[in-house]
Amino acid sequence: MTYREALRQGLREALLRDPRVFLMGEDVGRYGGTYAVSKGLLEEFGPDRIRDAPLSELGFVGAGIGAALGGMRPLVEVMTVNFSLLALDPIINTAALLRHMSGGQFSVPMVIRMSTGAGRQLAAQHSHSFEGWYAHIPGIKIVTPATVEDARGMLWAAIQDPDPVLLFEHAQLYNLEGEVPEDSAVDIRSARIRRSGKDLSLITYGGCLWKTIEAAEQLAAEGISAEVIDLRVLRPLDTDTVLASVRRTRRAVVIDEGWRSGSLAAEVMARIMEQAFYELDAPVARVCSQEVPIPYARHLEEAALPQTAGIVAVAREVLGR
Amino acid sequence: MIEFKLPWLGADMDQGELLEWMIKPGDRVRRGQVIAVVDTSKAAVEVESWQEGIVHALLAQPGDMLPVGAPMAQFLADGEVPPAVSVPVIAAPPAIVPTAGTLKPADTAGSAAIPAGALGDRKKISPAARRRAAELQIDPQTIELGSGPHGAVTIEDVERAAARARVPMAPAKKAPGSPADRAAEMRKTIAGAMSRSKREIPHYYLAQPIPLQRMTLWLSEQNALRSMDRRLLMAVPLLKAIAMTLEAFPELNGFYRDGEFKPSPQVQIGVAISLRHGGLIAPALHDIGAKSLDQLMQALGDLVQRTRAGSLRSSELSDATVTVTNLGEQGAEAVYGVISPPQVALVGLGRVSVRPWVVDGAVVALPVVTATLSADHRVSDGHRGARFLTALAEALQHPEKL
Repeated sequence: MTYREALRQGLREALLRDPRVFLMGEDVGRYGGTYAVSKGLLEEFGPDRIRDAPLSELGFVGAGIGAALGGMRPLVEVMTVNFSLLALDPIINTAALLRHMSGGQFSVPMVIRMSTGAGRQLAAQHSHSFEGWYAHIPGIKIVTPATVEDARGMLWAAIQDPDPVLLFEHAQLYNLEGEVPEDSAVDIRSARIRRSGKDLSLITYGGCLWKTIEAAEQLAAEGISAEVIDLRVLRPLDTDTVLASVRRTRRAVVIDEGWRSGSLAAEVMARIMEQAFYELDAPVARVCSQEVPIPYARHLEEAALPQTAGIVAVAREVLGR
Repeated sequence: MIEFKLPWLGADMDQGELLEWMIKPGDRVRRGQVIAVVDTSKAAVEVESWQEGIVHALLAQPGDMLPVGAPMAQFLADGEVPPAVSVPVIAAPPAIVPTAGTLKPADTAGSAAIPAGALGDRKKISPAARRRAAELQIDPQTIELGSGPHGAVTIEDVERAAARARVPMAPAKKAPGSPADRAAEMRKTIAGAMSRSKREIPHYYLAQPIPLQRMTLWLSEQNALRSMDRRLLMAVPLLKAIAMTLEAFPELNGFYRDGEFKPSPQVQIGVAISLRHGGLIAPALHDIGAKSLDQLMQALGDLVQRTRAGSLRSSELSDATVTVTNLGEQGAEAVYGVISPPQVALVGLGRVSVRPWVVDGAVVALPVVTATLSADHRVSDGHRGARFLTALAEALQHPEKL
């Protein structure tokens, strides 16, 4: 099963299990979704539950918030994270704050899905990674499925959450193939160790997970045993899993497709520094995107993003090799 | 304004603890006056001023650990007016080294900011390695190069060092401690200086047995005329002969620093003196050539006594230009010494013992000493070294000339 197919199954499951669930966004109905995630759903569930929205993120995200307040369970799709900037006001000023500002009288049980990340030559306005920014905001949860299993299971967990959840699908993952275990149980609370190791912890999420696993395999060939942690949830961060790993390995590299300054990587590093400083045997390092608008040209785009070779090089450096 | 800086008080010193000021602001300081007592790891040393003036400010407090070269005090030259804004005692703190580290003397020219180089020069030890080192009671500063990024010391380095050494860590800062502490500290400084010597100095060694019959006879004649307390020890004419002979061999007398040898116009012999609790110091016996044997005997007795009491002068600790180690009556037949850097030679004297010696084709029994020379091959060659020992042997045959 592909990541795309897993997402579609997740959507179907939600639509089947809860009559309050509906999908709304640009081109989700007749076109089947920009990334073809919702293909066939209009035919199966009809236009009331699969709703094409006008080209106004501000409008349809706001409408989704209203529906959630009115008792529905909206799934709003924003085509890419760059476009979600048009809807920052409803997402932050309304969805994230309303529980607090109403003294707990209202909550906004909605899920906003959006694609994120670069690597498909879609140029700067379609290629950025702002999930780390959103993870700055109290009142919303940020989840970043990086495996087919999480793509299949995270949506239902997000729908059950009483507060807004932003689900980021990395644009390079849609064709990822993988298995969903029979006994799959997916939460939106915890980080997962995707590969065990003892010499250093490689901490990442989303689109960088597979580059990081590949880096860990290359390092293993050199006799370096790297642990790979998939954060999965950027807010609230599962600091315990990160710290437990770093306390074992005593070295950490954070890999994040966001820009370095003020990145989620910076937050993870800060927490390690705050809580595991005396356990460290080397400065914590990070691999982030170059601080440029993501370029269109393929070679420049590749050069701007974290890549396996760069992760391997930084890991070696942290180990003094 | 004259800045008085902590002088270098011996090859193995890179810092010292100020124990006591002997001057206060307003005092007039003369050249050669003892102005402070500083504890090196070897001894409490009276630091002499080589500058003159009126004490304007004391920049360090007793208890401060100062790197060599750190400003200690400011003097006003004759006629100099104090600056309008007087520098308060604490305003420009000297670079204080908390522990034995690699900090260079910091720039204290008024800026309160940490000098740029200081932190960069700090030894890199990972937090985890630091903690592990404390658990294992080893000093991570002693690990020369770590295996971590940029040479940082890691846990693994600490554990390796602990397994290798099992040496207890010297307390970071201690009061002038028990004799045992002092002995351990001294052992460490000797280890440092001697390792450096063997690492850097290509030694060559020569030995020369020297008959001392005439010297022995002459000495007993001399001593027969003296009261018990004024008798001369054999060491005295030996030292004087060595000093006089060395004057003709400048390549054995001086300092090798920064790839360059500078011969010393004076011969200042460092006399190796062993201490009761172990270890040794080789303070300089000054102006041997100019002293009579009686004066020399007295100076030697005084030097030994003050060395063992731990009250040496700074000049005695820093200006020896060559070392003599004399094993004396309890010693072995010969000693091949390790040169004390930055000196370039060491003369060793074994036990004077009666040995068979050939005189005019017949074997006779004579008192003989084996003199050895350890010298720095960067500066001199075996040929010249051998000439020195021959000349020394000759000088010792004419005791009346000493």
